Amino acid sequence: MRREDTISTNMDWATALIFAVMVLFGWLNIFAAVYDETAHQSIFDLTLNSGRQLIFIAASAIIILGILLVDMRFYEATAYLIYGAILFLLLLVPIIGKEVGGNKAWLGIGSFGVQPSEFAKFATALAVAKFIGSAGFRMDQLRNQLILFALIGVPMGLILLQKDTGTALVFSVFVLMFFREGMSPFLIIVGVSAAFIFILTLLIENEIYLHIAIGVALIIAILMGKRKFKRIALLTIGALLLMGVIESVDYVITDVLKPHQQNRIKALINPEADPLGYGWNVTQSKIAIGSGGFSGKGFLKGTQTKFDFVPEQSTDFIFCTIGEEHGWIGSLIVISLFILLLMRIIFIAERQKSRFARAYGYSVVSIFFFHFAVNIGMTIGLFPVIGIPLPFFSYGGSSLWGFTILLFILLKLDAHRSQMLHRL
Amino acid sequence: MIEGRKEIIQLVFIVTGVIFLIKLFSIQILDERYAQLAASNSIMKEIEYPFRGLIYDRKGKLLVYNSPEYDLLIVSREVKSLDSARFCEVFDITQEDLISLFKELKTRKEYSPFKPTVFIKQLSNYDFAKIQENLDEFQGFYIQPRTSRAYESEVLANALGYVSEISKNQLDRDTSKLYRQGDYIGQSGLEGYYETVLRGQRGVRYKLRNVKGIEKGSFKNGEFDTLSIPGQNLITSIDLELQKYGELLMQGKVGSIVAIEPGSGEILSIISGPSYNPSLLTGRKFSSNFALVSSDTTKPLFTRPLMAMYPPGSIFKIVQTLIGLQEGVISYDTRFPCDRSVVNCHNHPNPTDLHGAIQYSCNPYFLQAFRRIINQNKSPNTFTDSRIGLDNWRGYVTRFGLGQPLGVDLPSEKGGQMPTSNLYNRIYGEGRWKFSTIYSLSIGQGEMLVTPMQMANLAAIMANKGYYYTPHLVKNVKDGSIDSRFTVRHETGIDSAYFSFVQDAMSDAIYGTASRAVIPGITICGKTGTAQNPHGADHSVFMSFAPKENPKIAIAVYVENAGWGGRAAASIASLMIEKYLTGEVKRKSLEEYVLKGDFLDKVVRTTPVLEAD
Repeated sequence: MRREDTISTNMDWATALIFAVMVLFGWLNIFAAVYDETAHQSIFDLTLNSGRQLIFIAASAIIILGILLVDMRFYEATAYLIYGAILFLLLLVPIIGKEVGGNKAWLGIGSFGVQPSEFAKFATALAVAKFIGSAGFRMDQLRNQLILFALIGVPMGLILLQKDTGTALVFSVFVLMFFREGMSPFLIIVGVSAAFIFILTLLIENEIYLHIAIGVALIIAILMGKRKFKRIALLTIGALLLMGVIESVDYVITDVLKPHQQNRIKALINPEADPLGYGWNVTQSKIAIGSGGFSGKGFLKGTQTKFDFVPEQSTDFIFCTIGEEHGWIGSLIVISLFILLLMRIIFIAERQKSRFARAYGYSVVSIFFFHFAVNIGMTIGLFPVIGIPLPFFSYGGSSLWGFTILLFILLKLDAHRSQMLHRL
Repeated sequence: MIEGRKEIIQLVFIVTGVIFLIKLFSIQILDERYAQLAASNSIMKEIEYPFRGLIYDRKGKLLVYNSPEYDLLIVSREVKSLDSARFCEVFDITQEDLISLFKELKTRKEYSPFKPTVFIKQLSNYDFAKIQENLDEFQGFYIQPRTSRAYESEVLANALGYVSEISKNQLDRDTSKLYRQGDYIGQSGLEGYYETVLRGQRGVRYKLRNVKGIEKGSFKNGEFDTLSIPGQNLITSIDLELQKYGELLMQGKVGSIVAIEPGSGEILSIISGPSYNPSLLTGRKFSSNFALVSSDTTKPLFTRPLMAMYPPGSIFKIVQTLIGLQEGVISYDTRFPCDRSVVNCHNHPNPTDLHGAIQYSCNPYFLQAFRRIINQNKSPNTFTDSRIGLDNWRGYVTRFGLGQPLGVDLPSEKGGQMPTSNLYNRIYGEGRWKFSTIYSLSIGQGEMLVTPMQMANLAAIMANKGYYYTPHLVKNVKDGSIDSRFTVRHETGIDSAYFSFVQDAMSDAIYGTASRAVIPGITICGKTGTAQNPHGADHSVFMSFAPKENPKIAIAVYVENAGWGGRAAASIASLMIEKYLTGEVKRKSLEEYVLKGDFLDKVVRTTPVLEAD
């Protein structure tokens, strides 16, 4: 009994509360997304997504209980083991998995199926955190960096084999955690500016202006700082790389990306060009959200989502229901909940006494942030359509459980942070 | 080295959240386009067209009713894998037609792939039966019922008018905002004049539908739905039998017949010849038929009883008589010599008193009578005296309903022309005209024009001995009331005794100038006229009422290019009177004479004197 007392007193109840509010609100919205006025259905109806989601939520509660009851040392000790097991499952998926909606991402027994990729997130987070938390780890060693990238690269590659590009991309966000743990920001800067330039190239008709702009920026940068050879050389190489990105855009778009991926990028830039084809998702999603107005149409009063104008309305596009039925105020609340959760996790991560726990905390916050930013970004037309769920809101057992495990392992570690005295 | 990185990460998170909220603010609150798009996505508006009011004759016989027709609607987004060959077969169109239909569809301003849009208009009942069986083969096509006008008989086309799709011009000018592109509107005749009564009110049902177009119940429990309200029925004063007979008599002739019930001003018949079959201007063939009818050189769309204007000619002598008597410048015994130095005349006893002057239609008599009306020595200056006299005279003729539209309940009624002193001031200059300038007016010529309707109304005034009700076609609006202006008695201000005197003369005139008009057993009063036509043969005119005691019908007949009024016009008027009063025509030889008369060849079509304004 004493042990439970410890957990309940040391547990971060604020985070748990945000979690509970999100899951409950998510559940109501899933019902709204599939609600059919003419059918007199109940939110508990097991033939509906909302009824099944309730079962998933109940299962989450059991999972949470399990996580909290297990000894906190278990997670660090078995991190690689869990990681290995998940990799094994990921390997199995392309061989014995079943295909759902174009992606072969499911492992199933009968009608019950799970997506190992959803669990790969927490497993990778544990493994990467364990590696960073290991004795004598130094971020500035190239070897360590390579190992870290291998740790996230392997699951990423296996998930790409399942053609689940969205989930695979999630793993790139670990870079944010590496950055916090001391990796040079160079990689992030290069990555972000390359992406930025890539999109600019798509938006601007004549590429020559971009080249000129980069040239001018380069000259200014050289003149502004110290005129050392090494610095000038680095800046010049950087500029040339960016120009290379510009020139590669056409090639990447036409030869690397698959047609459906090309369309998603076209849809981002100009969804009106083909509102019934590739622009359909983005156009309809924006119509649903945009029609919500300030305070929304009211619970179950939305038309765009429940009448199927918005695709995947209870999973990837669940935010449309929120935007349509609860308006800008509802969106503000949901976005605030996410920012609150993210800030709270950073706060928790920073107060950890072990590097393992802190790195894990930052992994969690990075993953949540990626899902939050990409999911909402795509529904409002700020990001290409990448099918990843909105944590705790989207319908689906695997994703809910994956995110729950991710969060509650952190809360478990946090509850015992005073017992972790080693290696910060 | 890792100092401040936590803050950078926090900043990135918060900035992301803020960017989202700004973007959401922009699409949810600033941009209203999305709300409209959502509505057009999910709310389907079903229009229930009201039944247009029916039109009956005075005895309750149906004149105009509605026949069902169907529009084929398309929701482009739902059209998938259209078998165009099969479509063309079912809808009886060619591949080229189909392609042009699709092309035309996309050019429409209000076109949306989500909204039902009219694809093929006005399928008839017959087409519909065939199509209904096969409609389920074509996804995205729907049938919308509506009605078009149908006619029980082929008569009365000009007065009934026609209904057609509202034109772009009319839409732009419409301030009621009740009409939409593709709506029908009454364009002329009763359909146009009583549009607001006949049209009824459309009903609208808002229905929710999902992405597949499947209905998902009513929008907000039907809070915004309205039922269609049928238009009100019109009961006209037309006597269908008389109308039919009149149109029969007018075959092969250009002109007008207007018959009025004097006691009420109700129009019994209004015939414009040549006319057209009203069924031509309805349904799917409207456009091609309209082009045919409107390009016909005999101008069947021109409503002659209301729009054709002629000099009144000799008929006007009775108006001059009444004004002269009321003014006291002539009396029953006044005699003038038949002095043909200024105007011509025909052989008759000379000199004659007033009765004889009317009976024999003596031109010099009325020249001198009119001089007395105009020049009453109110001023020593003959120019001023003429002006005073004309103004006084103008006051009288206005009270006879002349010189301005009567206010008949049909559109485009012309007012004719009765000259004012202003008119002559404009023509000759102020103080530069006198009686000798305007003497033609004395015998109904000169700057003077009347419509057949005004002449029929004059006949009604004669019958009523001095007053009239504004002639009108609608007796009764079902579930409504007729305009109160049709129950106002208009007085001419002339003693009824003078009318009795003129009636006697008119009755005798029949035997003098229009013996063909005599009907055994019925005393009719009439006056012939001959409207001079500078472009060809004169127009034959006759104005009449009967019976003399307690008149039941007042009538004016114009037959263009048919010469002297005593022949064609008087014969037709007499037959009409006989038909109306006795129910059948016994004078078959006269009827045959009229039916044989074809004056159409003589009509000078290149110079539309009829429209001279």
